[in-house]
Amino acid sequence: MKKVCKVIWLLCFSCMLASQVHGATYSISVNQFVEHPALDAVLKGMQDYLSDNNVDVEYNVHNAQANMSTANQIAQQMIGEKADLLVAIATPSSQACAQALKKAPNDLKRPLLFTAVTDPVAAGLVDDLEKPGGLITGVSDLLPVKKHLEMVMEFKPGIQRLGVMYNAGEANSKAVVATIKELSGEMGFKVVDATAAKTADVYQAAKSLVGRVDAVFIPTDNTIISALESVVKIGVQNKLPIFAADVDSVERGAVAAMGFDYYKHGYQTGAMVEKILKGASPATIPVEFQKDLQLQINAGFSEKMGVTPPQALLDRATKVYN
Amino acid sequence: MTVYAALGAIEQGLVYGIMVIGVYLTFRILDFPDLTVDGSLPLGASISAVAITNGINPYLSLVFALAGGFVAGMITAILNTKFKILHLLASILTMIALYSINIRIMGGPNVALLGSATVFDGVIGWGIPGQYAGILIFAIFSLAVTSFIVWFLKTELGMAILATGDNPRMITSLGVNTHAVIILGVGLSNGLVALSGALIAQNQGAADVGMGIGTIIAGLASVIIGETIFGDNSVLRAFIAALLGSVVYRLAIALALGLEFGNFSFNPSDLNLITAVLVICALIAPSIKKKMVAR
Repeated sequence: MKKVCKVIWLLCFSCMLASQVHGATYSISVNQFVEHPALDAVLKGMQDYLSDNNVDVEYNVHNAQANMSTANQIAQQMIGEKADLLVAIATPSSQACAQALKKAPNDLKRPLLFTAVTDPVAAGLVDDLEKPGGLITGVSDLLPVKKHLEMVMEFKPGIQRLGVMYNAGEANSKAVVATIKELSGEMGFKVVDATAAKTADVYQAAKSLVGRVDAVFIPTDNTIISALESVVKIGVQNKLPIFAADVDSVERGAVAAMGFDYYKHGYQTGAMVEKILKGASPATIPVEFQKDLQLQINAGFSEKMGVTPPQALLDRATKVYN
Repeated sequence: MTVYAALGAIEQGLVYGIMVIGVYLTFRILDFPDLTVDGSLPLGASISAVAITNGINPYLSLVFALAGGFVAGMITAILNTKFKILHLLASILTMIALYSINIRIMGGPNVALLGSATVFDGVIGWGIPGQYAGILIFAIFSLAVTSFIVWFLKTELGMAILATGDNPRMITSLGVNTHAVIILGVGLSNGLVALSGALIAQNQGAADVGMGIGTIIAGLASVIIGETIFGDNSVLRAFIAALLGSVVYRLAIALALGLEFGNFSFNPSDLNLITAVLVICALIAPSIKKKMVAR
């Protein structure tokens, strides 16, 4: 028994030594909640901005693999890594980091930058978007929902019933769906919900909308987007156009999406990272929202789902897939 | 693994240890595989979070959480004993129902507790640094829970629970109502799991409907790690082993997070694989040692 303990402690100790090697000018610890094309793109965008602008950074990237308790442990791990800046990608990771920061001793406190968080105030990360006032600020991915819906209406005029697919367990999606329902009255359509609690339920949820709606809209919902192909399949089989709220989904078969590419979201985050690394205080940097909106259309899948993209939209599109 | 990460792992190990004690009670003592825990952990978290945001004392919110978990466990056990639904299925049914119930309780999938009153405020107020406050509070709670359970299992009612798991026919012949005992035991187990969930939510600053995913996996892994490494030849030893098993499990994750070999570094996505390998190492180490000694 004693030997086993010794071996375990030796292992721990050698890892402690190994993890404290630094070479670059700055170091950043990253807490990403889950592997997901959009979140991966945020990380990539941030890293690309920093290397494009010759900021020499060493990264400690951690991924919680969608497990809250791991996200929490990663947050504590990051405090111990003593990097210059903490970056948290997605809401659960940001909350975990904010809490770890709150408990950390003063000499280990570092600025925290969140990204890909829809509602930083409701998540308890900042009290005031304009003046965060503490160690925490970041970039919000709040959707310009109205612009999305207007695009959908322009793409397929005369929609009476719009299906909305989401996981009722995702805070971001619930906020977006509430906004869609508020807007539905003035824009003249009815919302039909279909919820899926896990990716395995998405196919069934999509099927439940067939015949009851004229088009389907998917907000930036991690669960539905993870199983987007099954929704696309139903859309093609039943000539039901599927719209998404993130452009990464267009390449995978959604008819069109407005929104931003998460890569650019990360790129914008990178600019904020640079500011903080070079000495700006997060207390005075307002929370930013996405600057560049773009429109992507998948012409091939549009035809398969029985709609023709209007010329006006094709002209405005930043990218068209065939 | 940095010292800070190790402290974090011990803290997590202790608070999840309360859940592991609950799992030990059903899985080993009652011989009742119970998946309700994936739902009762976030149930405790959501009850506590909603109570706190409504201005209720954080300690009192723990009592509510415990009661909520107790009821959830009772429902599983009633479905099993009174309606003859297989225990695994009964617990899965309660678990999936709790997913919706938790969203109802919270009015949404996530309630933030950042900046709210928690059980740590008092301890931090005494001047204990934040990173030790968690360990202290959770050590007190987990030891209190362990002592309570060990004491409880020595009472007449506790003996009935032990006997129901070991030999239901014998205990029935002694005139004990095994249904009532199972309902009490599974309720108690889920009460502890919910208590653990409430403390976790207060510690991590949010209750989230997704936080229960994988609870049973962590619980069973910790139980078995504890048994293998620390032994289970008395009730007291078995429960302390379960608690320590949870700490070892979290240390394995912390180790996996910081693992590097020279220039070769793992991908962040390798985390679960590395954790699994480390746990396997911890599990086979005692038997390898035994073989070495035998030679």
